Amino acid sequence: MGAQLRVYKRRIRSVTATKKITKAMEMIAASRVVKAQRKVAASTPYATELTRAVTAVGAGSNTKHPLTTQAETVTRSAVLLLTSDRGLAGAFNSNAIKAAEQLTERLEREGKQVDTYIVGRRGLAHYNFRERKVAESWTGFTDEPTYADAKKVAAPLIEAIEKDTADGGVDELHIVFTEFVSMMTQQALDDRLLPLSLEEVAKEAAPKGEILPLYDFEPSAEDVLDALLPRYVESRIYNALLQSAASKHAATRRAMKSATDNAGELIETLSRLANAARQAEITQEISEIVGGASALADATAGSDN
Amino acid sequence: MAAELHVALVAADREVWSGEATLVVARTTSGDIGVMPGHQPLLGVLESGPVTIRTSDGGTVVAAVHGGFVSFADNKLSLLAEIAELSDEIDVQRVERELERAKAEGDAAAERRADVRLRAAAAR
Repeated sequence: MGAQLRVYKRRIRSVTATKKITKAMEMIAASRVVKAQRKVAASTPYATELTRAVTAVGAGSNTKHPLTTQAETVTRSAVLLLTSDRGLAGAFNSNAIKAAEQLTERLEREGKQVDTYIVGRRGLAHYNFRERKVAESWTGFTDEPTYADAKKVAAPLIEAIEKDTADGGVDELHIVFTEFVSMMTQQALDDRLLPLSLEEVAKEAAPKGEILPLYDFEPSAEDVLDALLPRYVESRIYNALLQSAASKHAATRRAMKSATDNAGELIETLSRLANAARQAEITQEISEIVGGASALADATAGSDN
Repeated sequence: MAAELHVALVAADREVWSGEATLVVARTTSGDIGVMPGHQPLLGVLESGPVTIRTSDGGTVVAAVHGGFVSFADNKLSLLAEIAELSDEIDVQRVERELERAKAEGDAAAERRADVRLRAAAAR
């Protein structure tokens, strides 16, 4: 076998092995998307009921709460960025990071200090590499977040927002995550979580102008709101974590699918080249034999004379 | 037939139970509260504790609820809890082991959780 042909054969073998791996990763990601979507769906009843309850308190009482009142001058905001622990997901992480950076820039232009909180090793690595300050970070659960993880993330954020701005507390909480629109479309977006605007929540909960009943609060509207709002924030963060996870798996699936397709194309091109090389080799061998034979014939013809 | 109310017991990551009931007893921060059909709209903070649901076919469903809310309007009652388990789902022996471990480690929160589970399992 010729040297050229051997090189092609070796490359085909290696690309075939890579293709097998990317194909397997594609299928794993596809099954995880479905699982993640199911988790998003399972968390919806709780989120809907909670939103209804928050709206009810907001509409049914004139309670003022630090989590719903807008500070007069916002000096510091917190930005929570949700990325994934692992890469191989196309532009998933870079889109989320880009969205966070745009938001940070906008907030800083408005004269606010920005504290960054990060979920996921990828986002953390990005910020650490650029030696930017990260207030707090969490890693290790982005593939399959649980409610306990969401609580863990939410706790310091709620604490920061309840603290006075002078003592290092924040006035606003923004979240940047990747919304799972469909299998094909995922979108990085930012959202202001706190202070909560009750009107917007009300619009979400009752879009058809449905009138909420006058609730009797047990023990009191303030206490209910006190207990309700942290849970609401947790549930929003939980939902964002789940959507990010689903989006990550969908992005991985897509990236691995195109990798598999590319590997297929590469194998095809390489086999064509290998065939051409083999043919060239055979042609050369034939011409060598023919050339050798005629040289031999010429030589014997010469000696006869 | 007695009037009915629709109950949905929802945990953060799943719907635990839903169905028709005639009476729901839950523990709020200001004491036990019983809700029957036609109760006035209510929104309360739940304590950790067992919740008893008397279903319309005469059965009883007991669930351990760890913090959360109860909201009632239009004959629909929602019990929202971060963690909720039906008493049938509770493995008593495991919880007893958990309780002992929590006591040994002085973990008050875990001890309370285990205690709530045991009470719910006992009430079944």
